[in-house]
Parts: sequence; structure tokens; C-alpha cells
Amino acid sequence: MHHFPWLTVVTFAPLGGAVVLAAFPSRALNLHRWWALVVSIATFALSLGMLGAYHGGTGGFQLMERATWVESLNFQYIMGVDGISLFMVLLTTFLMPAAILVSWRVERQVKYFMIALLILETAMIGSFLALDLLLFFFFFEALLFPMYLIIGGWGSERRVYAAVKFFLFTMAGSAFLLVSILFLYFRAGSQLGHPTFDLTQLQQLSLPAATARWLFLGFFVAFAVKVPLFPLHTWLPDAHTEAPTAGSLILAAVLLKIGAYGLIRFNLSLFPQASMYFRVFVSILALIGIVYGAVVALIQTDIKRLVAYSSVSHLGFIVLGTFAFTNKALSGSVLQMVNHGLSTGALFLLVGMVYERTHTRDLGRMGGLAGTWPALTGVFLFVALSSVGLPGLNGFVGEFLILLGTFVVTKAFAVAAVTALVLAAIYLLWAYQRMAHGPVKNEEFSRLPDLNLREWAILVPIMAAILFIGVFPKPFLSKIEPTTDTVATCEWAVNGRDQPGEPVVSGAVPLECFQQAPLASLGGP
Amino acid sequence: MIGLLAQAAPTTHGPIKLGPIMPELIIAGTAILLMLMDSLRATRDQRPLVLLSLAGLAAAAAYSISLWNWKGPATVLGGMVAADKFAVFFRLVLISVAALGVLLSSHYLDRAGEARGEYYPLLLFATAGMTLITAAADLILVFLALEILSLSLYLMTGFSYRRMASAEASMKYFLLGAFSSAFFLYGIALAYGATGTTSLSGIAGHLSGQIGPVALALGAAGLLATGFGFKVAAVPFHMWTPDAYQGAPTCVTAFMSAGTKVAAFAAFLRVFDVALSPLIWDWKPFIWVMAALTMVVGSVLAIAQTDVKRMLAYSSIAHAGFILVAVAAASQAGIRAAMFYLAAYAAMIIGGFGVVMLVSVRGERNTSLTSYAGLARRSPFLAVSLTVFLLSLAGIPGTAGFIAKVVVFSAAVQSGHWELVLIAVIASVVAAFFYIRVMVLMYMQDPPADDTVLRIERAPVGEVAVAIPAVLTVLFGILPGLLFGFLTHASVIRF
Repeated sequence: MHHFPWLTVVTFAPLGGAVVLAAFPSRALNLHRWWALVVSIATFALSLGMLGAYHGGTGGFQLMERATWVESLNFQYIMGVDGISLFMVLLTTFLMPAAILVSWRVERQVKYFMIALLILETAMIGSFLALDLLLFFFFFEALLFPMYLIIGGWGSERRVYAAVKFFLFTMAGSAFLLVSILFLYFRAGSQLGHPTFDLTQLQQLSLPAATARWLFLGFFVAFAVKVPLFPLHTWLPDAHTEAPTAGSLILAAVLLKIGAYGLIRFNLSLFPQASMYFRVFVSILALIGIVYGAVVALIQTDIKRLVAYSSVSHLGFIVLGTFAFTNKALSGSVLQMVNHGLSTGALFLLVGMVYERTHTRDLGRMGGLAGTWPALTGVFLFVALSSVGLPGLNGFVGEFLILLGTFVVTKAFAVAAVTALVLAAIYLLWAYQRMAHGPVKNEEFSRLPDLNLREWAILVPIMAAILFIGVFPKPFLSKIEPTTDTVATCEWAVNGRDQPGEPVVSGAVPLECFQQAPLASLGGP
Repeated sequence: MIGLLAQAAPTTHGPIKLGPIMPELIIAGTAILLMLMDSLRATRDQRPLVLLSLAGLAAAAAYSISLWNWKGPATVLGGMVAADKFAVFFRLVLISVAALGVLLSSHYLDRAGEARGEYYPLLLFATAGMTLITAAADLILVFLALEILSLSLYLMTGFSYRRMASAEASMKYFLLGAFSSAFFLYGIALAYGATGTTSLSGIAGHLSGQIGPVALALGAAGLLATGFGFKVAAVPFHMWTPDAYQGAPTCVTAFMSAGTKVAAFAAFLRVFDVALSPLIWDWKPFIWVMAALTMVVGSVLAIAQTDVKRMLAYSSIAHAGFILVAVAAASQAGIRAAMFYLAAYAAMIIGGFGVVMLVSVRGERNTSLTSYAGLARRSPFLAVSLTVFLLSLAGIPGTAGFIAKVVVFSAAVQSGHWELVLIAVIASVVAAFFYIRVMVLMYMQDPPADDTVLRIERAPVGEVAVAIPAVLTVLFGILPGLLFGFLTHASVIRF
């Protein structure tokens, strides 16, 4: 390796921290919390180092690392980062300290809780960085058990039901993923000479159309459960509502994005023609999710469930943008993945803080809390507006790009999606109104304290990021766009069509399409 | 490869080469020594017996390792015993299983107050039968070894004869086992009638050259599959498994579930993938159906169980189904995958039943699922170990079970049986449900208020016997290459 192995270090630092934590005595609760916090902040610092080592302005994979895992079966360890995964990893490492800080008051089995969170962090970062299909599947499946433990062990009343549902749904989806991956492995054996799980090599396979479509669906089912796309979304409201605050935060901010990321990284690049074939189908599912999620969110009285359904709606937006295949829509959906992680993550954090004080999530029992907690409700309004897409905040940039990119391809989809923006404004602002304004419903609540220092420490960085991305998204987009532009251009070029709304390029498929080789200057493998 | 096999059965000239059979002789010799020791001693202290057993097993293991580079003829003793690396690998797995079985049994028999000297010779005779069957190159020897291991196991199952469940389990196992042995023997007779020989290479050679009707040989294949199917607990020959596993003393269950499957599948692979390989397109559908049924029935029926031993018994049935998928693949990749799966499975199931034994503390108490509530608080070591084994059984990454499933499914996809893989992954998801259920109980429920009955005692020997498979399960999950290097050589079966 010619460069510092940033990716491996960032991925396995939390796991190392978890192993060390396992050796600590069981009674030293504060030690467990502080150690986990230190490990997560250190991982964030390392990921900033990774950001520094990343060269913006180019589209291919960077900082690649290769090793052989099992020689005889050609199982490999391949990691690489590009414009799409870079900010996903940063989002994960950025929000992890918040997850640990918000769980400071957890008293039961703190050690196992922190270990589960740290192992989960490793699995999440690994999923974003793995470029070998089996390695990706390894990390993808490894997410299940820690998340299941977190939901089932530290959640609310129906936690076991929600945890089991989450586990079985996700595992069933990934069952089809495994079969598809194995099929590709052996196809590579016959076509390329040796069986491999390497993504960059598998992109060069030529598959008959019908086979490609079945494989696309195999991959799609697994990611559609994760995203979640209607009608495979039914695990989400329960899992989000019953999970502890840190669990909901991680679930909404990161785990859902792994599904969306998988669609871009695997479905689009491995099966471009099948993706085009299923474009309308997936876009319609996404649209249904957008509208359905928004409508169901409207009628919720449980504020956490409301935010959960809003996630379904927002992720539908992201998938809609992904399957528009245009430069703008694709970069918009990648940016929106980050935005949603920040905004909805912050919403879950705030709901958790409200719950910690009032021990209720029922909006009907709240009212007039702005007087009691001006800071908390103020932050809530700020975050809700960013989720709605108020210009100046992060949500606007992503949503606008997605709508712009979708409009040039299929006007009808963009028009239908805009209705959801209105609905989002309604349910979020109405929820805010029911919580913060109006008559005070419960006298006891007015004696509870406002945000304390720990909670400010959690929220201020997120708010700063929300504002920064909203006002000055260029640093982010400049790193995202080279990759998404390549993906979008190749998607249309491989299908022999011109990208709508973009200047016509020459008929040939550009050389770098789906063969995102590492830059020579970085001295890859 | 068929050409190689089509040689006439070798005749022996000169001194008899006992090398390839020495491990069995060592184990049987140790068993006889133990019987003598036991009858001549006055005390009831088990420790000398345990130590002698372990010493005998260690000697056999050392000798087996030396057989890895066997330079002599491929079969000895008149073409009866094969001396290939396939046999060496399985011998080492089985001897490890036996060693762990000895450790677990010494703990169990001591606490349950049932320490009688004839146990260890029985265990060693069973091991000798198991290791012999993996090296058998002739159907008669397969049958002989099968009977050696079965008879010992029938007796071990009924070892707690004062408990009705144990006696009943033994009786059921014996009756059904004797019946299936009769089927097996009839299959051998038909094979002899079809080919004029009972040696595996001879059968393969004869069948590959055969142009006429193969009805007799097909009948033989069916009956042999039935016999093997009983031993590995494949559906519909699985009826004895839940009762036998539940009724037998837990240490016997641990040894039996790991050892019999490994041994029987080794013979299954030899007979079907080598001897009957010319008939492969005829017996493949049969194995396909058996695999699919076994996986589904095992996984589904386990959901309804409330006793942890029965639940693990049905999960054993499901895992037999997964290994049958590798047998159905019938390729070298399939053989290699089956070998890895068997090694991984042996570790996880013997460890799993070991934990069950330690939770029972003494004898057969507390085997219902409710006894596992709050185990994480009562004994973190047992909870973590059981978690490792359950995750491995479910096929979660980081454990050997995950790698095992991936390679088995790979082999099946490579042979074109992707529908079987689809059934297998769905069965895995169904199975995951009851594995999680135990984990829910362990971590997310509080221990019962009055836990004097359920208090876990310290058990150094038992804990070592559980820790070793746990470490191996995680080790082979992260570094499977350690085994695969050997497997690539060991998966070439010549006879």
C-alpha cells in the first residue's frame, strides 16, 4: 500500500474500541460512556483525515485498499471511496457521537449498549466502503444483529416485536441478494476466467437482458426493504418508534441510506439496461412512498411515528431522484441522503429529548411547550423547516436538485412529487404547532427544564451543518458531482440514449463508464 | 478420474499395511484398556479414565496427521480402507469432537451422579466406528463401521437408564436404526447384484462401463440413500431425532449430533459422489427433494418447540438439509463446501449442546426455553458463548456458519441448482426466527425472581469444552482461509 490505509482504519476503529470496551469492568458505567464517546470522536477525526486525503474534482474510486481474504475461493477485501460514499461515511461518523451523547442517561447494561453501537458503526462504514460484493454482504448482514439488540434491548413497550420484525424483514430481503451475488460470482468465472466478487470487474460482465433483469430484482428486493420502498416499508414505523433514541437516530440517518446507496452503487452500475427497464416501475413505487408516507404522517398523533413516516416520504424522494438518472437528480439525491440524515436525525434526537422529559410521545397531551422550552421548540422549528425544504437550509438544495433533474425526464413524476412538499410542510408544521403552541395541556410539563449543555453539544453541530449545507453547498456538491455525473452519463450512454436536459455528447460510451479505476497518482493497489 | 477408478480391486501382496487403520486401532485399543482398567479398579474416580481417553485420542490424532503424506497404496486391506487426505481431515474433526465429548461427559456424569466406567469405552468405540466409516472404501466396511458406531450410540443414549426418557430414546433410536441398517444392507446386496463387487471403486468402474438397464443399481442407490438419510436425520427419516436428542443425556446428545452427522456425511459423499457418480443424473433429483424437504421441515417444526434440546434437534435436521444441498451439487466444490460446513457445524452444535448442559447444571433439569430468561445476567460467559453458536447456526457474518452457508450455496449455484439455494435462504430466514427467540430470552428478559433453582455453578472443565468451539467458530468465520488451504487437497476423493 502506498498510502495510509485510511479506509480500513476508519472502518475498524470503532470495532477496536468495542473490543477494548468489552474488557472494562461492568460496573464503571461512566467509563463505558466516556470511552465510547472518545472512540466515536476519534473515528470522526480519522474520517476527516480521509476527507483531507480525498481529491475532489475526479469521479473514480480513491484510497483503494486490496487484500486477499480466502485465496482458493478468490474472496477479497477491497475498499474504496468515491463522491457517493464519502459523505455517507462522514455522516455516519459525525452522528455517532450524537447517538452516544443522547444515550447518556441509559442505565441498564450500558456496556453492551455501547459495544452494540460501536460494532454497528463499523458495519455501517464498511457497507459504504466495500467494493467487493461478498465483503459488502458481510457488512450488510453484520448490521442486523447489533441493531436488533439495540431495538429489542433498550426500546419501548413493543420493542421485541419491532426488533424481530426488523430482523426478519431485512434478512429475507438480503436472502435474494445473496443468491444474486453468487450467480454473478460464477458468471464471472465463466466469462472473465476466474470467479470474483470484485465490483469493478463484475461491471464488465455482459449479461443477457432477462438474466440482468432478474438479478436487478434480486438486488433490488434487499435494498427496497432497507430504504424502504412501498410496499416493503411496514417494518419501519414500528422499528423507528420502538427503538431507543440512539437507535432511531442511527436507523433513520444511516441504515436507510445504505439501501439507497446500494441502489446507486450496485443496481445502477451492474445492470444499467435493466435499471432503465425498471426506471418507471421504481419511480412509481418511490412516488407512492412519497405521497403515502406524507399522508399517513399527517394523521399520526405519536410524534415519533410521525417522523418515521416522514422518513418513508423523504427516502421516496431520494429514490425518485436516483432513478431519474440525470446529473442533477443523482447529485441531488446523494446530497439529500446527507441532508435527510441530518434533519431527520435531529428530529429524532429532539423527540427523544421531549420523551426523556415528559415520558410521552402523544401530541394530544402536549401543547404550549414553547413557553416552557423556548430553546428546544426553537430548534425543533429550525429542523422541521429544514426537513420541509425551506430555502436557506439544507433540505431545499437537495429537493430542488432532485425535482429539477426529474422534471426534465418525466414531468409527471416531478409534479406528483411536489405535492408531497406541501404535505410535508403541513404535517411538520402542524406537529410543531400542536407541540409548541396552543393552550398548555399539561401543567406538569411546564416545570421541566429546557435544553442542557449536553443536549446543546449534540444539536449545535447538526444545526450548523444544516445551515452550512443550505447556504453554501458547493464544497459538498463539488465532491459529489464528478462521481454522479459519471454514473448518470454512463447510465444513458450505455442505454444508447442522450441524457435529457444535457448537451448531446458523442454517441460512444465514455471510457470511464463503470470502470472507475483508481487514479494513478494516488498509487492505488 | 473414472479411468483411474476402473482398475480392478487391488490384491495385497507382501506384509499387510496397517498404517491407514492405525488411528482406529489406537482408539479401540485405548477403549479396551479402559474397560480393563475400570473392571480392575476399586474407586469410582473418573479422572484416570478421562485422562487415558484423551491420551488415546491425542495419539490417534498425531498418527492421523502423519497419514496426511501417506506414500503407500491408495487403499489397503484388500481395497477396504482408503488412505487419502479426505479421511485424514474427517478423522481429525471426529477426534476433536470426541475429545470435547469426553470433557463434556466427565462434567455431566460427575454432576448427575451417573459415572459408570463403561461410558468412556463406549464413546471411544463410537469414535472408532466414526473414523473408520470416513476411511471406508468398500460398502461392507461402511456397514461394519456404521454398526460399530450405531450400537455404541444406542447404549450411550440409554445411559441414564433410570430415567424413562433416556431408556425410551434409546429404544426408539435402536429400533429405527436397526430397521434402517437392514435397508442399507439390502442396498449393499443390490449393489453387489448389479455390479458383482462391493468396493466403491469397483462399483464406479462397473457402472461407468454399463450400457444396459441400471434398475438394480438404482434400487441400490435408493436404499443406500435411505440408510444414510436415517443416520443424518434427513426428512422423511428424521422421526427419531427429536426424541433421541431430548431423551439422551445432554453430553451424549452433544457428541452424537456432531459426530454421527460428520461421519455419516463423509460416507455419504464417498458412496454417492464417487461410487455412484455414473448414475448422478438419476439420484440427483432424489437428493434434491430430500434436501429441500429437510431444510424446510427442520426449520418450520423448530418454531413450535418449547424445549431447547428439541429445538436444537430440529435445527440439526435443518442443517443436514443444507449439507445435502452440497451433496446435491455433486462437484468438487460441493465436496469441499460440505467438508467446511461439517467442520463448522460440528463446532457449533457441540458447543451449543455444551451450553445447554451447563445451563441444566445437573442432569436434565431446566431444558425448557424459559430457563434461559436473563441468562446474560446470570452467566455472561454462557450467554456470550450461546450467542456465538446461535449466530453461527443462523449464518450471521463473523461466524463460521456464515462462510459455510456461502460456500455451500456457491457450490449449488455453480452446479445450476439456484432454486435449491433460494429454498435454502428462505429456510435460513425461517430458522433465524427461533435462534433470535433464544437470544431475546437471554438478553432482553429478566431472570425469574426465584432463581435458586436456576443458579449456574462454576464448571471449569465444561466451560473449557464450550470455549474451544466458540473460539474456533469465530476464528473460522474471520479467517476461513486457514481451513480452505487443507480442504482443497482433502476434497479430492479417489476411492
